[in-house]
Amino acid sequence: MEYVIEMLNIRKEFPGIVANDDITLQVKKGEIHALLGENGAGKSTLMNVLFGLYQPEKGEIKVKGKEVQVTDPNVANRLGIGMVHQHFMLVDTFTVTENIILGSEPKKGATVDLKKAEKEVAHLSELYGLKVDPRAKIRDISVGMQQRVEILKTLYRGAEILIFDEPTAVLTPQEIKELIQIMRALIREGKSIILITHKLKEIIEVCDRCTVIRKGKGIGTVEVSETNPTELASLMVGREVSFTTEKTAAVPKDTVLSIRDLSVKDSRNVQMVNNLQLDVRAGEIVGLAGVDGNGQSELIETITGLRKADSGTISLNGKPITNLNPRKVTESGVSHIPQDRHRFGLVLDFPVGENMVLQTYYQAPFANKGMLKYKDIYEKANALIEEYDVRTPSVYTKARALSGGNQQKAIIGREVDRSPDLIIAAQPTRGLDVGAIEFIHKKLIEERDKGRAVLLLSFELDEIMNLSDRIAVMFDGQIVADMKPEETNEQELGLLMAGSNQQKAGDK
Amino acid sequence: MFTNRLVNILIPVISVILGLLFGAFIMLGFGYNPINGYLALWEGAFGDSYFFGETLRQVTPYILSGLAVAFAFRTGLFNIGVEGQVIMGWLASVWVGLAVDAPMIIHLPLAVIAAGVAGAAWGFLPGLLKAKLGVHEVIVTIMLNYVALYTSNAIVRNVITDGRDRTERIPETASLSSEWISSLTQYSRLHYGLLIALFAAAVMWFMLNKTTRGFELRAVGFNQDASRYAGMNVGRNIILSMVISGAFAGLAGAMEGIGTFGYQSVKGGFTNIGFDGIAVALLGANAAIGVILAAILFGTLKVGALNMPTGAGVPSELVDIVIAMIIFFVASSYMIRWFILKMKKEGK
Repeated sequence: MEYVIEMLNIRKEFPGIVANDDITLQVKKGEIHALLGENGAGKSTLMNVLFGLYQPEKGEIKVKGKEVQVTDPNVANRLGIGMVHQHFMLVDTFTVTENIILGSEPKKGATVDLKKAEKEVAHLSELYGLKVDPRAKIRDISVGMQQRVEILKTLYRGAEILIFDEPTAVLTPQEIKELIQIMRALIREGKSIILITHKLKEIIEVCDRCTVIRKGKGIGTVEVSETNPTELASLMVGREVSFTTEKTAAVPKDTVLSIRDLSVKDSRNVQMVNNLQLDVRAGEIVGLAGVDGNGQSELIETITGLRKADSGTISLNGKPITNLNPRKVTESGVSHIPQDRHRFGLVLDFPVGENMVLQTYYQAPFANKGMLKYKDIYEKANALIEEYDVRTPSVYTKARALSGGNQQKAIIGREVDRSPDLIIAAQPTRGLDVGAIEFIHKKLIEERDKGRAVLLLSFELDEIMNLSDRIAVMFDGQIVADMKPEETNEQELGLLMAGSNQQKAGDK
Repeated sequence: MFTNRLVNILIPVISVILGLLFGAFIMLGFGYNPINGYLALWEGAFGDSYFFGETLRQVTPYILSGLAVAFAFRTGLFNIGVEGQVIMGWLASVWVGLAVDAPMIIHLPLAVIAAGVAGAAWGFLPGLLKAKLGVHEVIVTIMLNYVALYTSNAIVRNVITDGRDRTERIPETASLSSEWISSLTQYSRLHYGLLIALFAAAVMWFMLNKTTRGFELRAVGFNQDASRYAGMNVGRNIILSMVISGAFAGLAGAMEGIGTFGYQSVKGGFTNIGFDGIAVALLGANAAIGVILAAILFGTLKVGALNMPTGAGVPSELVDIVIAMIIFFVASSYMIRWFILKMKKEGK
């Protein structure tokens, strides 16, 4: 049996923890091999070992049967290993071609032979069906296109084995479909792919085999055709996981959030929210579906006071909160789980404990006459950490040191604990593993059952369908459809999100 | 073996040692005996109680200008204008010292407060421009340094005096110096300002770490978006930070104005107290206690250096080179951190 990559009994330690313990990963030529594990299970560490960023304490790496020492990423490149990073490493103001050749520029005398490079990029792009314009500037192209540039970068350097680090986390459903086609084209041309992910659906859809790691240990490799999502999930988490969160029918009561004729412009003065109407009642979860960039973020920023409305009203329990500052909005009973947890949700260089009182530090019992009472702050933080299962060495640890899932659990604990009337959850499970997703979904439903109004923004249709009691589809700054999840399906939602209205969907 | 905290303390210590070593090589290179050179420096700083008093006197404004830079930096602002704020504080303290006639219990605090207010006002302007219009504080503060220098010169020459190059001496009632404290150190120019500087360091530590206001200032310094999300007024915190930073700087000016010298003169160039404050803050890792330690080092080097030409024949410019080397190694702390981590790996 021919393996292009073999990582045998790899062990990698960091001070205090064993990140990889006796993990074996064998990738066959021409297959898409999934590497599955929870956040912090050691997937990235293993791939960084393969890519030469870390040196393993034990174990050997073989490429095409020959043992190799991958001492740095350049060695990995020469061995034909390429990595498509989750966070793109592109120069915004450079063109596609300039980014691709960066570091291995074709020379013509003393100058860069851009013509030749452009030709080659165009050729590669065509070969794999990437449809990338070699002369476009990075800042002018979509996130999906930028990812393709990253793929081209590895291909241009002659990669035979491509590592995709959670490639679908940043993509829209449509872009994900296209990426899957691209991956298949790569396989057809004889490349091999390692796909790091914790999305089980994707594994079932595209992968041939799947290696599971849990808490740094290799659990085993399974043929995807012989398994199912439930088995994969329990392998990954180590216990039974339910996908559809159990919930009773909603019992909506009074209207909590009421938005009328709201219009919002963004910083470039483009109309992002256009005469929008939306109600969210106590005891229901309203899912805001839509393709990124149709005004959802602006809508949420406007409700929470981070952005100014141009016209229209927003009221909470009948009282206007339009254009109040964020503190006033928070005090009137709104919690906000922000879409970008690093930028808005946390002060990463603050300890976890201080982050737990980020909005309430000035109130009793955390402060008295302008003086912080750290005893009470850390007591509260410890209680929240316990209740929301935030795994951190202590409340004094910087938030930066926590894994994404634990950071998110900390934010959710903080936001839910304030007993708000309205919880705005923007992409609350983005980039998290099934265990954490299950936990967060349960919490949101619990809050709904306590009679809170929940506005859920998500780009994952599964999450919208699964959690919402009512789905509001947003397109071009307006709510174009408002319906119950059992009255619709993913196809119809997809069409609505793309802008065709219900009649058209019915005609098809 | 090495905790993070220890690494953070080791970096400035190693930087200082490397700086001193480089200084020794340079002395050797120019044919001086580095051991004699450093002995002379030590003598010049701690040799007898007079020198020791002078060293402490020099440390005093450095603590305050270091605090000024550090405080702004903790809020994410780079206050290059400490120099100008020092000059304005200096001028204000002397001006109040000369213009007001009152008993010491009123006069002296008034002069000190005037210095703080003048520095604060000089910091308020760049803070306001940054908060309201997004003008970068580095540009504004650099330019305001020149405005401060020439404004002070013009006022000394044309308003306080009639075309003379320095003001009268301030009266005893506005002076920080005292016969008693001076006599303790064989009549050095040591004055009560040292207590003000140490008190200011305690204030900075307390304010940043123990108050809700400090919580906001630190949050804004680390992440403005998250601070806004959490309901803090980012602009107001930026202005406040520059005002407090400026007040510290203004007090540093008072240390010179009504402490060391007792007058303000027309200056041909900057005092460098403010610029050295940047290095003090950097070496002190922007923490109150670190700033005090770094100020002691800089004061020692500055005063001790005066003895190097006579004590060992080494030109005092060399001391400036040593100081520059220390700053260089602190600034390249990444290099030292990398080295320590590598040692740590191999040590295992």
